[in-house]
Amino acid sequence: MKDELLKYGVDTITRELLVEMYSMMLKIRMFEDRIVELYPEQEMKCPVHLYIGQEAIAAGVCLNLKKEDYLFSNHRGHGHCLAKGSPMGPLMAEFYGKKTGCSRGKGGSMHVIDVENGIMGTSAIVGGGIPMGVGAALASVMKGAESVTAIFFGDGAYDEGAFYEAFNFASLKKLPVVFVCENNFYATNSHQSARQPGCRISDSAAAFDAHGVCIDGNDVIEVYKASQDAVSRARRGGGPSLIEAKTYRWKGHVGPEEDFERGCRPKEELDYWKEMCPLRSFKELLLKRNVMTEAELGRIASSIKKDIDAAVRFAKESPYPEQDELLKDIYCGG
Amino acid sequence: MPWTKVYGDKAEFEKMAGVTPGLRGLTYREALLEATAQMLASDQTVFVLGEGVDDSAGVFGTTKGLHERFGKDRVIDTPLAENGVTGIAIGAALAGMRPILVHMRVDFMPLSMDQIMNHAAKWHYMFGGKVSVPVTIRSIIGRGWGSAAQHSQSLQALFAHIPGLKVVMPATPYDAKGLLRASVYDGNPVIFIEHRWLYEHMGHVPEEAYTVPIGKAVVRRKGPDVTIAAASYMVYEALRAASALSGQGIESEVIDLRTLKPLDMETIFESVKKTGRLIVADTGWKEFGIGAEVIARVAEDAFYDLKAPAARVALPDAPTPASPVLENAFYPGKGHIIEAVKKMLVRK
Ligand SMILES: Cc1ncc(C[n+]2csc(CCOP(=O)(O)OP(=O)(O)O)c2C)c(N)n1
Ligand SMILES: [Mg+2]
Repeated sequence: MKDELLKYGVDTITRELLVEMYSMMLKIRMFEDRIVELYPEQEMKCPVHLYIGQEAIAAGVCLNLKKEDYLFSNHRGHGHCLAKGSPMGPLMAEFYGKKTGCSRGKGGSMHVIDVENGIMGTSAIVGGGIPMGVGAALASVMKGAESVTAIFFGDGAYDEGAFYEAFNFASLKKLPVVFVCENNFYATNSHQSARQPGCRISDSAAAFDAHGVCIDGNDVIEVYKASQDAVSRARRGGGPSLIEAKTYRWKGHVGPEEDFERGCRPKEELDYWKEMCPLRSFKELLLKRNVMTEAELGRIASSIKKDIDAAVRFAKESPYPEQDELLKDIYCGG
Repeated sequence: MPWTKVYGDKAEFEKMAGVTPGLRGLTYREALLEATAQMLASDQTVFVLGEGVDDSAGVFGTTKGLHERFGKDRVIDTPLAENGVTGIAIGAALAGMRPILVHMRVDFMPLSMDQIMNHAAKWHYMFGGKVSVPVTIRSIIGRGWGSAAQHSQSLQALFAHIPGLKVVMPATPYDAKGLLRASVYDGNPVIFIEHRWLYEHMGHVPEEAYTVPIGKAVVRRKGPDVTIAAASYMVYEALRAASALSGQGIESEVIDLRTLKPLDMETIFESVKKTGRLIVADTGWKEFGIGAEVIARVAEDAFYDLKAPAARVALPDAPTPASPVLENAFYPGKGHIIEAVKKMLVRK
């Protein structure tokens, strides 16, 4: 966390906002940590792609979004949904395959939705959500709505043709889209350098005559600032932006465990990034600058814990869908 | 013939191996790995490419360590660019190579459908037979643990619909090894579909390189009462059903289709002639699927051999649900086959 940034930020970033940033990051961290804790019970019978380590990006971007703005995400979507305002209960219930889940138990952790908060369903086909997000932005322009669409995707999705096709279209039509590439350097176990000759994803925006910026994705203020800029550009008709936020996922690609023991990535790399924990540095800053006291921070944590407890209880106590649900909702009634 | 024998699980194989000299046990995953390694070793035109082929898990162990033995320029980890990379494999095949392209899931192949169906499948025909596309595209069907709608599809019928493609679905380690080699040397684009639940299956696999002919089904169990034609994982469900039925005095003939396109109708006709009853068990959807094709052909050319209406055991017309209770209801298995057989026999 850079002190100058905060100084630069204090005019526009209020104490309240700083508290919100912290609370949101912590909420995502604690929510994911709870999954890690519960997963070995084997009651959550679906693959989980955890967001731990990347919290600053979802929090920093979504604090610039309104409820009616659209959000598109991917297989690693829990953090995005929470940051956009999704309640924890239906998410958790979805992971447990329950009737009360946000997708009524049909989707699992990779396929969550929250229409009320502008989340129109997450795809686990890498890159799949990117063109859909551009389509939603096109619709909002056609309808004369003010909405902006944020699309979260990984460095892996940047390999996919769908990204280029959609980005080109968005820039061509000056659509209100914020492309957020969470560059955690890996797609499953494949390092960015094994898949891409360059390492600055954001540079490609220039080729499409759009705005691109590369930021420290573990610095929530930097993320907030970059996305504030991108969102306001989108809202005033200035077209799409590409934010590349460098970060790191702490857990393995899928599941609750770390993966260095399986030889997927070097342990030193993980240790380095754990040092760069987006929460810890921010918390230290808040304390050091007397934005909040330890006691206040503790109260935030215990209130989040209570909410998570309730969400887990809700998920566990909810019924499974009835079997005849299998053949329901294949088509809509029109 | 040890290679026509199917072992229900590893324990069963090991028991047999103890009393049968010369049996060499390999799992399905090891059989694929061995076939690939042998081709890489003997033929410089063979190469492997796909997402994660060089990672520590090695595509469920089927490519594990190959990059170390044969180099990263012949075992190529690719960007996540399914359509482009498929086109690249096709182009390399046109220019004299024999690529083995690996997709971790069948579900990612729709992204490469344009290159597969508009290009690979048509290139030989559209240019009067002047060029060919010897590409093998391996892909894996997932199942269970809430894999859900985008990570568990069985899309064989989609590929089998397209002239110019061949489609194989080996069920045993022996066939996995032999069919992979046959696919690579077939000369045509071959879609090679594996089922994730087969990787741990063990069976006899000779060490030397060999091929299993594409387009030939095999009878896994003989019986006069009913024919159960199955593919891939469903072969095991069919065999389980057959042994349960045997205890009740019903003897089933189980045919492992092995190749879906071209389909070995001779083997099916011959069996149906004897049994007069046909059930097709497939891992894919029932509607417009493999069962529909097999039964249609029997209806066209062997209708009078049937003593009862044919039946399909396949997936209901829904995407795969995530919830464990719905997932359970979604997948048919041994029980459904038994039920279908009994229903058919009652009609007599
Ligand atoms: C089209 C497609 N190809 C491959 C996969 C398998 N897959 C799932 S997630 C993933 C890695 C994605 O990496 P990235 O986009 O960087 O996101 P991250 O997991 O790092 O958050 C891969 C290869 C897939 N789901 N879809
Ligand atoms: Mg990544």
